[in-house]
Amino acid sequence: MDYRDNASKALWSNNIVLGQTLALCPLLAVTGTATNGLGMGLATTAVLVLSGMLVSALRNLITPEVRIPAFVLIIASVVTLLDMALNAWMHELYKVLGLFVPLIVTNCALLGRAETFASKNPVRESMFDGLMIGTGFLLVLVALGATREIIGSGTLFANAGLLLGERFAFLETTLIPGYRGFLLLVLPAGGFIALAFLMAAKRAIDRRVQRRRGAHAPIDVAAAGARPA
Amino acid sequence: MNSPSRTDRSAYRSTVWFQAALLGGATLVTTSLLSLGDLATRDDIALRAEEDLRASIGQVVPAAIHDNNLVEDQRTERFDDGGTITVYRATRDGIPTALAYTVAGPGYSGTIRAIMGVDPQGRILGVRVLAHTETPGLGDKIEVLKDDWILGFDGRSLGDPPAAEWGVKKDGGHFDQFTGATITPRAVVKAVRSGLEFFDRRGQALLAGDVDGSDPAPATTRGDR
Repeated sequence: MDYRDNASKALWSNNIVLGQTLALCPLLAVTGTATNGLGMGLATTAVLVLSGMLVSALRNLITPEVRIPAFVLIIASVVTLLDMALNAWMHELYKVLGLFVPLIVTNCALLGRAETFASKNPVRESMFDGLMIGTGFLLVLVALGATREIIGSGTLFANAGLLLGERFAFLETTLIPGYRGFLLLVLPAGGFIALAFLMAAKRAIDRRVQRRRGAHAPIDVAAAGARPA
Repeated sequence: MNSPSRTDRSAYRSTVWFQAALLGGATLVTTSLLSLGDLATRDDIALRAEEDLRASIGQVVPAAIHDNNLVEDQRTERFDDGGTITVYRATRDGIPTALAYTVAGPGYSGTIRAIMGVDPQGRILGVRVLAHTETPGLGDKIEVLKDDWILGFDGRSLGDPPAAEWGVKKDGGHFDQFTGATITPRAVVKAVRSGLEFFDRRGQALLAGDVDGSDPAPATTRGDR
């Protein structure tokens, strides 16, 4: 497997949110602040890596006919175990993330990766894929959370100290002192609007990159196997 | 590469019995894992929940005025309508110094739960919101982390401000509302007021350690939860 290709696809071109428009339920639910987005991203990444590992390890045992219920079972168990472990042993983190952990089950990206990748690839590759897909999701969550938080309430990474420990309290910044807030961006509707702008920005960048390649590096296009018009 | 044994194996793998056994086995394994996980974490989770409870009581009952374990000195009071309230008693050198209990009321988008501490004279030691689902940026100013509005209850009692002014300013009361959010603070003021009325009815009996009082209904002792 080409790790670099897998990583660039997961992080950008085939990003779970920007490329595939999946996982919107947890995405829109938690991105009121950048800190919440970061927490949800970390928890989801952990589950993606673990479920990728388990699905891949069991891929030769599980028959195609019952694979979907088996994957659902694996994912739900991993999420529940993570929920209990966080509650018992990382309680400070759980107090911030606790709401989001059960939401991970609703993330179709998990079943999607189990089905399209982990069930067909070796354990190490599947774990790497989970890590990359999770990181891609995390970056979008933080970007969207930061956008909504800055415009909505004028702060960035509020309560980061609660999530990551006091050492990270320096991340908490008030960008616009005395800002009265722009409620729309904090409400769910603002989530949809901000996401639309984010996706549009991604498309615009893609188009610009494509145009530049077309104009300056025709050899690349030929090398990629494009037929002359 | 297709050895006969492999074909045999695939043939038997595609039978409905194998599928059923596979799913059954997977369910058995995962439920066992979950039970083990529960066993491993249950005590720790209960411990954390108690720590949380103690921390939230600690916010409304200053450590200086008690030397007992409030979580252990608790009673459950039952209301006429079937609802219950758990009351924690603070004592210092055996003398009761405060009560702490949770109150709840319907907010703008769900129940707001708060904990309050009251001294023997019926004055509020502190109120803190434990859980709510109010609008972020508007209604969440009831959290002490976001705004110091909730501290405005400190030292208040049923007669201060007078009963007629136990409301938000918009309703002719004493307490501020927030710009753009009246329902949320109104709900909190009402819940706190009902908490003080509860203290007025039962507070002295509970401070004295009376668990067999008859108003509003026979109280049940601890361990009933």
